[in-house]
Amino acid sequence: MALSQLLSSSSRSGNRLKSLSSAISLRHPISTDTTPITVETSVPFTSHQCEVPSRTVQTNAKELLTFFRDMALMRRMEIAADSLYKAKLIRGFCHLYDGQEAVAVGMEAAITKKDSIITAYRDHCTFIARGGTLLEVFAELMGRQAGCSRGKGGSMHFYKKDSNFYGGHGIVGAQVPLGCGLAFAQKYCKDEAVTFALYGDGAANQGQLFEALNISALWDLPAILVCENNHYGMGTAEWRAAKSPAYYKRGDYVPGLKVDGMDVLAVKQACTFAKEHALKNGPIILEMDTYRYHGHSMSDPGSTYRTRDEITGVRQERDPVERIRKLILSHDLATEKELKDTEKEVRKEVDDAIAQAKENPVPDSSELFTNVYAKGLGVESFGADRKEVRATLP
Amino acid sequence: MFRVKYVFLQFVCLLQEKKEREREMALRNIMGKRVGIGLMGSRALSTATCDVESGSAKSINLYSAINQALHVALETDPRAFVFGEDVSFGGVFRCTTGLADRFGKARVFNTPLCEQGIVGFGIGLAAMGNRAIAEIQFADYIYPAFDQIVNEAAKFRYRSGNQFNCGGLTIRAPYGAVGHGGHYHSQSPEAFFCHVPGIKVVIPRSPRQAKGLLLSCIRDPNPVVFFEPKWLYRLAVEEVPEHDYMLPLSEAEVIRQGSDITLVGWGAQLSIMEQACIEAEKDGISCELIDLKTLIPWDKETVEASVRKTGRVLISHEAPVTGGFGAEISASIVECCFLRLEAPVARVCGLDTPFPLVFEPFYMPTKNKILDAIKATVNY
Repeated sequence: MALSQLLSSSSRSGNRLKSLSSAISLRHPISTDTTPITVETSVPFTSHQCEVPSRTVQTNAKELLTFFRDMALMRRMEIAADSLYKAKLIRGFCHLYDGQEAVAVGMEAAITKKDSIITAYRDHCTFIARGGTLLEVFAELMGRQAGCSRGKGGSMHFYKKDSNFYGGHGIVGAQVPLGCGLAFAQKYCKDEAVTFALYGDGAANQGQLFEALNISALWDLPAILVCENNHYGMGTAEWRAAKSPAYYKRGDYVPGLKVDGMDVLAVKQACTFAKEHALKNGPIILEMDTYRYHGHSMSDPGSTYRTRDEITGVRQERDPVERIRKLILSHDLATEKELKDTEKEVRKEVDDAIAQAKENPVPDSSELFTNVYAKGLGVESFGADRKEVRATLP
Repeated sequence: MFRVKYVFLQFVCLLQEKKEREREMALRNIMGKRVGIGLMGSRALSTATCDVESGSAKSINLYSAINQALHVALETDPRAFVFGEDVSFGGVFRCTTGLADRFGKARVFNTPLCEQGIVGFGIGLAAMGNRAIAEIQFADYIYPAFDQIVNEAAKFRYRSGNQFNCGGLTIRAPYGAVGHGGHYHSQSPEAFFCHVPGIKVVIPRSPRQAKGLLLSCIRDPNPVVFFEPKWLYRLAVEEVPEHDYMLPLSEAEVIRQGSDITLVGWGAQLSIMEQACIEAEKDGISCELIDLKTLIPWDKETVEASVRKTGRVLISHEAPVTGGFGAEISASIVECCFLRLEAPVARVCGLDTPFPLVFEPFYMPTKNKILDAIKATVNY
């Protein structure tokens, strides 16, 4: 049995000795193996006004397999959301994150649930990374009661209070000063936690960003501003919108780091570094060099402002899921078949969640008036022409 | 189905409009209204509706009408500029197609994602005597620019003692519900701007109105905020004259004659109100429908004259009812026509909640809500 396994593993580029030892020792279940593996990130980090974190990352089989599973889940979820939108089950706006999964997963691996994350409208995967369930995602997308925001937010407004995920914001750039406020509160309460405020390359040109940077630097807030640079602000390429597309340098007096956002280990390393830095020295900017395969939103084909060759090129060279798959296979942490099985499992999970979400009812029409103000207060209109207004006071 | 109905409604509306126009032209000659003079002594503006009839007309939709207006504006004034997010390729609603190709990148250009910067920049450009036509991609995003509009644009002429002005500034923004827009693609913020003396707020109801009104706004020597009903971009189709024509600002239009109740509205809401009027007609209620067109400075005389005739008024808009512009109209009408009023002023508007996602049909001032209010007011 060991020999046949040896024969089958001989075609892999892995270490013969390693595969022999792992073939002989019982490999299953591999997912709990925590022996450290050292990997180098795809490209070295570039920094602005701070020291560069090491390019070598410590990881282990369990972590890598978790990364693979999580990213495959997110990928599958986004593609399923695409089909649901086209089937008109999801209406309104839907901004998909496939291609950028490494940022969400890598960031989560470096921090705890005590740290806060706040992001813009491309938030489905960040929500999952923060511990959200697939049912909550699909129910919210379809506007059902079981959704994380009770069906009242939609695609752009996912929140998760118990894991400090401050969501999902529609107005571009508005979430960054908010993030600085969260950081201030964390510092004040001596939480030893940080806030990650994510924004895109389009939002990097908003004035409020620079206001936020100045405030965070002035007051030494533990805020980490993460620019998810997918190189296109809707349909506008970064060089058309920004004089200096080196977003990590835009902070001027705030140090910055440029990270390959398609390499989940690089993201994890950078976020660990940034968290340490922010707790000691104040704000830091992380620029995640990433890419989105879909267009800006579901109404954007995504091919009018970039070539299909570019998209397929990135998919072939830099896809985050594929990179982890190659890493796993080259280190012999799992077989090709096992990874495919994981993907099948993930697919089934997504399909089950969708089926469950479809059964879920829409929120009751009285929900139209709830939560406008704090609970119990509010105004309700009655009468045929809604002229009778009743206000409930505390 | 709705599209066919709408085109049919427009046709019906057109026939009525023709009748109205004849009456109005007679009135106008009596009152002697004129449109404002051009900017910096440039060519004087033509006097409105007389020109609309002449020349050939083509059946086009709202975004094409606005596109035509922009083409004309840039053609007739070499110092006119169009800028905003994504306007170069034609814009997310195709209102600016062909402009960059025809007039060049120096006159039609994209800006980065910074509304405050766009409007501030536009004010500066206009202060140098140019016609700056800024586009805000959705009215929901106009708030970062709110300070620039209210504190800079509106007060420039006043505080400089007429030394400087930014009259050449026109800000265009698509507003209003679209069926699935949710919180940030459906808002109607016109009420915020109506509270600011120094700027004008104009809202067209149809393609023909849009072209004429937009050209008037661009050539008006005051900064104007022009809200375009995004629901009608493709849906509204009308015969629009191909030549350069302008429609007067601050003149409301009576688009349907009636004697029992006056309905006042603007933009996309008018088509809903028109349907309610037609239904009310079946119950024997004769409704007079007024398109306000310019919200500030608004045409009080026309509305007052109509209320004096009917004795009842109903105002309808998509924005939330509390503090909406309907409140201003209501207060003004009560001030001047208190003894004439047979019933309280009715307002059928959006609810006092953020613009909802799945609950949009409940939030909107629908035809049935308007119809109920008409009946309640008439039977008061």
